[in-house]
Amino acid sequence: MTCGETFQAYALRSLGIGERLLPKSDITLCDQIVLIGSGLIWNFYFAAIALLVGFILATALAVAKGTKSRWTRKPAEWFIFLFRGSPLFIQFFLAYLTFVQLPKVGVEFTLMGVEFGAGTHWLTRAWLGAALVLVMNTAAYSGEIFYGALRSIPRGDLEAADAYGLTGWHRFRRVVWPTMLRLAWPAYTNEAIFLFHATTLVYFSGFPARKQMGDALYYANYFADKTFNPFVPYPIVAGYFIFGTLLIIAVFGLINKRLNRHLPQERRRKIALRFNLIR
Amino acid sequence: MAWFSCYLTSGKHMLFYQSFVTVLMLLAITAPVSLAFGFGGAVASRSHFLPLAWFGKLYTSIVRGVPDIVFFLFFVIALDQGIEWMRHQALCPDWSEPIRQGNDFLVCPQAKAPLSTSPQWVHEVYNFSLAVFTFAIVFGAFAANVLYGAMNAVPKAQLETAHAYGMSNRQTFWRILVPQMWVYALPGLGNLWMILIKATPLLFLLGVRDIVYWAKELGGTKSDVYAYPHGDWRIYYFLFLLVFYLAFTRVSEIVIERMTRKLSHGQATAGGEAMRREA
Repeated sequence: MTCGETFQAYALRSLGIGERLLPKSDITLCDQIVLIGSGLIWNFYFAAIALLVGFILATALAVAKGTKSRWTRKPAEWFIFLFRGSPLFIQFFLAYLTFVQLPKVGVEFTLMGVEFGAGTHWLTRAWLGAALVLVMNTAAYSGEIFYGALRSIPRGDLEAADAYGLTGWHRFRRVVWPTMLRLAWPAYTNEAIFLFHATTLVYFSGFPARKQMGDALYYANYFADKTFNPFVPYPIVAGYFIFGTLLIIAVFGLINKRLNRHLPQERRRKIALRFNLIR
Repeated sequence: MAWFSCYLTSGKHMLFYQSFVTVLMLLAITAPVSLAFGFGGAVASRSHFLPLAWFGKLYTSIVRGVPDIVFFLFFVIALDQGIEWMRHQALCPDWSEPIRQGNDFLVCPQAKAPLSTSPQWVHEVYNFSLAVFTFAIVFGAFAANVLYGAMNAVPKAQLETAHAYGMSNRQTFWRILVPQMWVYALPGLGNLWMILIKATPLLFLLGVRDIVYWAKELGGTKSDVYAYPHGDWRIYYFLFLLVFYLAFTRVSEIVIERMTRKLSHGQATAGGEAMRREA
């Protein structure tokens, strides 16, 4: 096979489109690069879902943890402690085993001629179950970051908001929330990178890769097993991940610029990258 | 009740309890070793001899930019093959066939590490030490980063005063810099310790029979051959592991908080200042 044919056959293999059989012998460099890149789709998917949904949940958690009432504060504190205090690896296992034991129920309904369905069996699939775990995990970590930022909002800003007569939702939306984001953004960028790296854990814990549709590391591990040569596939994964990390840094840097645009140049906060590992 | 007391003290369960000791041992060995690696890396990064400084910086930035788990999977095979290759060169110089035959990695039988004739415990110890070494390399890079920052955080005036008193570079380093850097390094190192605890389930991926392995084995449904048949109990085993990790991180948090208080005593930092005010 030429490299072009390989690309056609395997570029979307991780989604189940294209050649069914993975290359078994005569594995070329092109095979490895294409297939591992194909797996990267899943890593991007998990990271994007977890960051988008987790962001909303994290804001809610941070606000809940910052309230005075016990009834909202305690659950938020426990949630954050539970997900930050235990290994993500164990969380995946536990989530998968729980989802497997759920009764298989589903609902189906027809809306304007299109059939919709939802069933609990989807929870045992990585695309939903693992994404759910990642959402809650990142929500706990970023919730803690946002909570810290919430507490360090300058008092002057809040007093100014009060002086202008802003209350309730308006005060939160116009003053508290933007300032919280601005203060938390450098730390949140690191959390995003960290989460992106953590997506590699999905297929190495409870969730099985159905029909060999896995993520980048899954295929890299496959090649390392088949060729007994770790020196090719793993550096490829590493290269892809460094590329992805740079992408995240670029996007988050733009947002950071926007959040800081009203400040004089020297008071803008730069993102100091602090890479972290396993959660 | 009697059934449970029998069940929980079966031979397999004893191995399960022992694996907790394995995990604790891993932590106890890895922490000082990676601290030493980190110290070496930080000193190398600070060195005035350029190649050494480059080496130190390269070490920290490469390991930190790539997902942890890629490193874990890569290093263990790479180390294993490296050791076997070196033994092969030394032990059988007149071996004519190439080592990499297509998809295989073949060394002469005498060079196998450990020897295929050696008893089971040698294999286990060998696997375990590979794992420890890999953990130490990865966490060493992170510790190097923390210690490098801490060394730079020690007030310059302190070092200049030491020079003014006529201390040599070496004396300044050991008598002034090293004793003072710990208070700056402690938050970072504490964080790293938490991450290290949460990284221990990855031992499972490295082929060590750790708590995750046993939880999976013992919880799984057993055939009639096994003395204690039961349903799928993996969920309870993993729940137990979750509680174990939560308790462990909580205790560590408390200990680190105490240590911070102790180290801040009499230091020219915000924490030290607050303690002085209290007193």
